[in-house]
Amino acid sequence: MQTVVTNVQTREFVITAIAHQPPVQDGRPVAPSSDPTTARTSLATMWKIRRFEEAVDDLFARGLMHGTMHLSIGQEASATGVCLALRERDAITSTHRGHGHCIAQGADLTRMMAELLAKESGYCRGRGGSMHIADVATGNLGANGIVGGGIPIAAGAALAYKMRGEDRVVASFFGDGATNEGAFHEGLNLAAIWDLPVVFVCENNKYGMSFSTEFSMAVPHVAERAAAYGMPGVTVDGNDLDAVHAAAAEAVDRARNGGGPTLIEAETYRWKGHSKSDKNLYRTREEIAEWRERDPILAFETKVTESGLLTAQDVAAARDEATEAIKNAVREANAGVDADPGDLLDAVFAPLDTQDVTR
Amino acid sequence: MSTLTLGKALNTGLRKAMEDDPKVVLMGEDIGKLGGVFRITDGLQKDFGEARVVDTPLAEAGIVGTAVGLAMRGYKPVVEIQFDGFVFPAYNQIVTQVAKIHARSRGKLPMPITIRIPFGGGIGAVEHHSESPEAYFAHTTGLKVVAVSNPADAYWMLQQAIAHPDPVVFFEPKRRYWDKAEVDLDAAPPPLFSSRVVRAGDDVTLLAYGPMVKTALQAAEAAEAEGRSLEVVDLRTLSPLDLAPVEESVRRTGRCVVVHEAQTTLGLGAEIAARVSESCFHSLEAPVLRVGGYDVTYPPSKLEEEYLPDLDRVLEAVDRSMGF
Ligand SMILES: Cc1ncc(C[n+]2csc(CCOP(=O)(O)OP(=O)(O)O)c2C)c(N)n1
Ligand SMILES: [Mg+2]
Repeated sequence: MQTVVTNVQTREFVITAIAHQPPVQDGRPVAPSSDPTTARTSLATMWKIRRFEEAVDDLFARGLMHGTMHLSIGQEASATGVCLALRERDAITSTHRGHGHCIAQGADLTRMMAELLAKESGYCRGRGGSMHIADVATGNLGANGIVGGGIPIAAGAALAYKMRGEDRVVASFFGDGATNEGAFHEGLNLAAIWDLPVVFVCENNKYGMSFSTEFSMAVPHVAERAAAYGMPGVTVDGNDLDAVHAAAAEAVDRARNGGGPTLIEAETYRWKGHSKSDKNLYRTREEIAEWRERDPILAFETKVTESGLLTAQDVAAARDEATEAIKNAVREANAGVDADPGDLLDAVFAPLDTQDVTR
Repeated sequence: MSTLTLGKALNTGLRKAMEDDPKVVLMGEDIGKLGGVFRITDGLQKDFGEARVVDTPLAEAGIVGTAVGLAMRGYKPVVEIQFDGFVFPAYNQIVTQVAKIHARSRGKLPMPITIRIPFGGGIGAVEHHSESPEAYFAHTTGLKVVAVSNPADAYWMLQQAIAHPDPVVFFEPKRRYWDKAEVDLDAAPPPLFSSRVVRAGDDVTLLAYGPMVKTALQAAEAAEAEGRSLEVVDLRTLSPLDLAPVEESVRRTGRCVVVHEAQTTLGLGAEIAARVSESCFHSLEAPVLRVGGYDVTYPPSKLEEEYLPDLDRVLEAVDRSMGF
């Protein structure tokens, strides 16, 4: 599959490969665990996310990567399941914890790694870093360092699609903490009153930094908030790839056919601390251990091998493919040129030759 | 005398303010159990309870908005904004409510709010986590704005800001949180809204605040080795400005350089340059020069050294000033 995009630096047209097309049979979405090809690619995607983040964790620990980062290890199924339900020309908005969304949406691993390593070859020429990757070619409108920042942006992108009469959908990822920000409430209401083709995906990992949802909300489920805006709200096991995909496929279908937005709450857990400096003072070791037992990748592997859909070798091959891909990405990214401080003043505004207001 | 880091001095100042006045209430994200991402409120929830050290959800507009209501009803809220860039969801509340309510009510509704903001770069963070938004607040009528540069000021100025009857936006230089100094916990502090000469000199007057005071002092040190004598003023208060010590200095040196991390364009330096030019016109040997950040989005950590004003950029401006 190929698509034409504009390269923002050179303003030339370039051809970029795009990853996905949702599996459909008889007009119905196919569950990842019921089709061997989808099962294998989904598994590989989840492993790529995990291996990518393990590599990032390691690079930071060894002082080879700078800035900050937020890992989504343990949450791989929500990103993978939602993006699997999207079509090639759909879009997403992402968060500070966005590596998974980016990979599931089909980003190039080397360019991602290069971005985190502040290389010219990175997605934002090394200027965005972990928290601000945007991959316009795959419809990733950007991670966001402002919690809740992507939510109204997703509504706006969806409004554009609606105004242009295109049947494209936007999926907006955010955390439980973001649902307490004003931007969440304003964004959902606008999407609802304008019937916008958006799927709001709350990855509820039980904490916004150190603060438990037990205290940050007066309702047990984020999905209940959907009722206030007159849109459907569903809670799913965010560590069950099939469940996430089923909910997302239904919501995407509704959005694409003029049925308006949906709020999906995917219940999950981050295994690692909030960011690199977290000492996990606000949660117990038992809780972390309990959730590690509910590993979304292992759960899916068990399901598809027990059903006989994939063999143990298939599963190992998917994992090895991911491991290899990440190793390559780290090697290739490291070989890139460092972002050039001489260009520090670039790109604050559109290029000068596009700024003639008399045109 | 105690040796304290700037962060610990703030923590000690908060503790003292809470002991002195039961109406002082702290609010913010992750300030309770976690003690704040920079541990400035460490241990305070344990000692003062959850009613006085309030862990809030992510809701900056809501946090500052409720602080306004608390202030109207007799409390002294101290709000922590986690990083500079996260103050913007609350900016509406700060500009449209906090800054205006005393004037709007002709003083009937008091607004003794302190808004603590860790600001500036140099810790290897990124956009939203390394910015210097002080000019937005200093530009807003109805807000008072201060910036601390050292542990002793951190300890005293925070208590003074909390006790002050008007809203104070309190900037903390996050990259200096770990800098240590002796703090005399019994000495009488200088007034809150006052600037101070922190190093005497004769050739050029260097003005700085927050994280750049240390840089300015280092520049003065380096200049001395080259036989140049720089006077350094720690502005401490950004609104209202206290330019009396600055003018006294500039009348002697005839030269003035203002340093800040914030973008140069329409930064504090612009206002200061205008005022010093007016008040010291006949003493000036050179135009007032500014050293600041470039007009770009804050760069990623690997490039921030290039962005941040450093010794070389300060000394280069000193050279230019001397060259006139
Ligand atoms: C407006 C704003 N306030 C505060 C922060 C600091 N911060 C970054 S992530 C985070 C927690 C977000 O929680 P949640 O939305 O649940 O996402 P999670 O980190 O759990 O994935 C906080 C407080 C921020 N980035 N933006
Ligand atoms: Mg969360």
